[in-house]
Order: sequence, then structure tokens, then C-alpha cells
Amino acid sequence: MDFDLMITSLPKLLGATIVTLKLLSASLFFGLFLGLFFAILRLNKNILINKFAYGYSYIFRGTPLLVQIFIIYFGLGQIEYLRTTFLWVILKEPYWCAIIAFTLNTGAYTSEILRSAFQTIKPGIIEAGKSLGISNKIIFYKIQIPIAIRQSLPAYGNEIILMMKGTSLASTVTLMDLTGVAKYIISTTFKPIEVFIVAGGIYLFMTFIIHNVIKYLEKKYSFQQ
Amino acid sequence: MELLAFGKTGWGDELFYATLMTIAVSITAMLVGFFFALIFTPLKLSKYKTLNLVGNFYTTVIRGVPELLVIYLFFFGGSGAIMYVASIFGYYEYIEINAFITGSMAIGIISGAYSTEVFRGAIQSIDKGQFEAAKVLGINKFGQFYKIILPQMLRLAIPNLSNVWQITLKDTSLISVTGLVEIMRQSYIAAGSTRDPLFFYSFAAVLYLLLTYVSMKLINKLEVKYSRGY
Repeated sequence: MDFDLMITSLPKLLGATIVTLKLLSASLFFGLFLGLFFAILRLNKNILINKFAYGYSYIFRGTPLLVQIFIIYFGLGQIEYLRTTFLWVILKEPYWCAIIAFTLNTGAYTSEILRSAFQTIKPGIIEAGKSLGISNKIIFYKIQIPIAIRQSLPAYGNEIILMMKGTSLASTVTLMDLTGVAKYIISTTFKPIEVFIVAGGIYLFMTFIIHNVIKYLEKKYSFQQ
Repeated sequence: MELLAFGKTGWGDELFYATLMTIAVSITAMLVGFFFALIFTPLKLSKYKTLNLVGNFYTTVIRGVPELLVIYLFFFGGSGAIMYVASIFGYYEYIEINAFITGSMAIGIISGAYSTEVFRGAIQSIDKGQFEAAKVLGINKFGQFYKIILPQMLRLAIPNLSNVWQITLKDTSLISVTGLVEIMRQSYIAAGSTRDPLFFYSFAAVLYLLLTYVSMKLINKLEVKYSRGY
């Protein structure tokens, strides 16, 4: 066991953790809006809109995240037309490509989580709102969304942890995130176990924090029985 | 479509064999995972705190650390570990492990952590009365587990195991970093030599979708079979 290596690699890995956290927070932020948007589309009665939203979530949940990143990073650059538009400024950066891929991926999972949360709301609650003369819009924003958020907290907590692990794939498109730096140190020193313990420890620490924050929120927003 | 021709001109046959490789790795990993689940589920359900700790350590660490990091650990550390063991027995030559074995072990250990959680949940949700009734009837421990608990557990576990299968199937794409020629690696090679990454990666996505779709259909059949009588 090479403790010196573990100590010297710790600052490098902690620096890379910031990249991981940036990727994670950006993709979760955009993904939440995308997920909410598609969840609302899924609840739409129009079959075409419904099918479109279902297709989106099916495709992104049925294929590996690695394929999605590669299509966006290596694939989209191939389209000549795209290179002439302003989009190319974003798409030539691996950082933004990774965020786009993660956002689309987490958006698909989030839309499923929110949809099932909306569907488990008891019709009686909505009917109660209606009979009190509250408008449909306010019922949606003030009654359905808060209940759905509470319902989806445990599943969404899992999704955050899955996404945190997913950001490790950014290292495959040249980004030096926590896994990328860990791989670099492993391949230069050939001490996989030491580096795994430090990098894995950082990931576990983040998992631990996310887990407990979600647990706290669940408790805070739980229904008073 | 020329790109997908079979034979020397296209990539059809290469991608076909790569798909078979993905299926082979996924099934092997799933079985390795069951093996690990078989060891760790009893540990997690054990009465002894120390054994619980070992079981929890395994599932927490594996589910909290990115798959890619675990794969790098196996890829860079696998042959070193084997060589260390071999050196104890007096063998000092270089040993290289097959990418297939490294890959399916790494994915298998990950898949095993998820399977363990599924089995634990399924066993815990079986009514206590079932265990007690089996005991009262004088059925031995072996019979209790195989004839009474297992059939009921499978019914509860299959829907969640199908999720584990999906995760495992998609995780195999990560083994491409070790050079094993499965769908992702083959697409990478084809994209590199034809300079058409968009087509080949999209085709890889279609292949994965096809695999998940077909396996879901098959698992649904199993689900129906095991929920007879409910």
C-alpha cells in the first residue's frame, strides 16, 4: 500500500471533483426542467404528443449513456451544416457536449419519475380543489406540483446519485473529471488500488451527502398524519 | 446501407458478432452477479452485526462508485493481482487476463450489488407466517428455502431483476474502454475507419434499443409464468 501516493494524489483528485460537481449540477438543473416539460407532455391526452414524449424517454432510457455522449460529441460534428451555425461554438466543446448528453439522459428518467408521481395523486385531491372553485392552473401549480415533488423525492434522490456516477463518462470525451484524473494517475503510476480507494472514497462521500440531504427533505416535506 | 454489408466491404458481420459479444458479456456478468448475490444476500439478512457490515459494505461501495472506476480498477489491477497470487506459488512470468473475463467480472460485481438488494427486498417482503408455517410443518432448512421461500421470492424479484438486467446490458458498453470488441468498441473502430461516427453510433443505439426491447418482451413472459395464481 503506497500511502504517499494516496496523499499526493488527493489534491489533484479533489480539484477534479469540482469538474464533476459542475457537470452534475448543470445537467441536473437543465434536466429537471426538461423532465418536467416531458412529464407534462406525457399527461397530455393528445396521442401524438403523448407518443412523442414516450419515445423520447424510451430511447434515452434504453440506450447506454456512453452511446449518447459519443453521438453528440463525435457524431454531430460530422454534419456540415451544423458547423456553420452558432451551435458549433457549443458543440465543439467536450464540456458542453457532455452536459447536453447528461441533460437529455437525466431528463428522460426525471420525466418518468414525475409522471408516475403525478399519476399517483389521488383524484379526490384535485376534485376537492375544483369544488372549492380553484382554477385548473392554480390546482396544477399549487396542489399537484407540490404533492408530486414530495412523491418523487426518493426516486429523484436515486436519480441524482445515478447521474453523479454517470458524469464519470465525461472522461471518455477528454474531460478531466474525477474519474478522468483517477485514470490518468493509475495509468502513470500503475497503482490502481490506492487511487481507487481515494477516488472511490470521494464518490462515496458525495453519495453519502446526497443521500442524507434527500432523506432530510423527505422528512421535512412528509405529510402530517 | 453499403456500410452495413456483410463480408469484406461492409461492417455488417463485424457488428453482428459484436452484438453477440455484448449479449455474451451481459449474460456472463448477470450470472457472476447472481453468484455474488448468493453470497451477500444471506450476509445482509444475517443476525450477526459483523456479517451485516460486510454485506452492506459491498452494496454501498459498489452502488456509490461509478462503474467506469470499477472497470479501470479491474483493467489496470486485474493482472497485477493475479500475478501477485501466482508469485506466492513461485510463478513469476507475466500473466495477461482476457478482456472478456476482466469485463464480465467487473460488470458482474456491479450487477451483483444490485441483485443483492433486489433479493434482500424480495425475501424481506415475504410474510413471516410463511417461514413459521414451514418450520411448524417440520420442513428442513433446505426445503424451506427452495420449496417455499424461493418460488415466492422469484415472483417478487423478477420485475426488479429485469431492471438489473437492463442496467447490466447498458453497463457492458463501458467495457469498450478495455478493448473488448463489443457493440461500442466495434462502432468506434468502424467510425474511425469510415469517418462516419454519426451513422455508426446511431446504429449502435438502435442495436441497444433492440436488445432491451427483445429482452423486456422475454422477461414479461417469465413474469406471467411466475405470477400464476395471483
